[in-house]
Amino acid sequence: MTEFTPFASLLGGAMIGLAAVLLMAWEGRIAGISMIAGRLLPPYLDGALVSRLGFVAGLIAAPLAVMLATGAPVAQTVSSNLPLMAVAGLLVGFGAVCGSGCTSGHGVCGLARLSVRSLVATLTFMLTAFVTVFVVRHMMGA
Amino acid sequence: MSFLVNLLLGLLFGIGLVVSGMSDPAKVVNFLDLFGTWDPSLAFVMGGAVVVAFVGYRLVLARPAPVTGGEFHLPTQTEIDAPLLGGAAVFGIGWGLSGFCPGPALTALGLAAPGTLAFVPAMFVGMWAARYASGRIGKPSFA
Repeated sequence: MTEFTPFASLLGGAMIGLAAVLLMAWEGRIAGISMIAGRLLPPYLDGALVSRLGFVAGLIAAPLAVMLATGAPVAQTVSSNLPLMAVAGLLVGFGAVCGSGCTSGHGVCGLARLSVRSLVATLTFMLTAFVTVFVVRHMMGA
Repeated sequence: MSFLVNLLLGLLFGIGLVVSGMSDPAKVVNFLDLFGTWDPSLAFVMGGAVVVAFVGYRLVLARPAPVTGGEFHLPTQTEIDAPLLGGAAVFGIGWGLSGFCPGPALTALGLAAPGTLAFVPAMFVGMWAARYASGRIGKPSFA
């Protein structure tokens, strides 16, 4: 059970959208995290590696900044099933790059650009995620 | 300079993930659990982000060029092809199993939960494998 947080979620979402807009304004790129993270690995085809390192460093620093600002720990429940998490990581990384984007690139930036490709991708990964959680939680009883 | 600006933008994006609750995989999995402990918060995150980006992109893309010069790098592919559908389907399975997508997973790295430390390196292996596979068949790895 997690608490429904419509206002905090809208506010946080607006911050994510603003970051995406400012990245486009600054250097003309889509704020797709799978693209930013995936291109930290070679081969380096453009000159944007330093930018990507900066963006990822900011992401990693974010919860620490929130903890410093609020003095409260960031609540998080991560599965401790390590083989399952490793398999999930493989699927997420492979699928995001193969499908040209993830929740940020397709689900935020692509939908905001009214891209049909991104809409189809978003509906597809939402569907398989809904089915996966249904199977795991309600058919396997985990 | 670009490192610093990107650091601040990554920080803003990441704080947005924390404030919205999306840095907690339990909240994401509960969004995906329509027939159980459903938590609709994620829809509000996407809604807020898409509305701001929709309006903001229109203002920004009306300008001749980005601040740092060059041009706007916008995806040009429009075809609904097998890699798009297959990749998105595989991504969704991993997302549903873990509650992590790439942004929240990287944001969670500093909190160093064992599950995160298993997920993130595997995610990079998956990304590398997909780029390698797509390079071998002579296609660009990204739209």
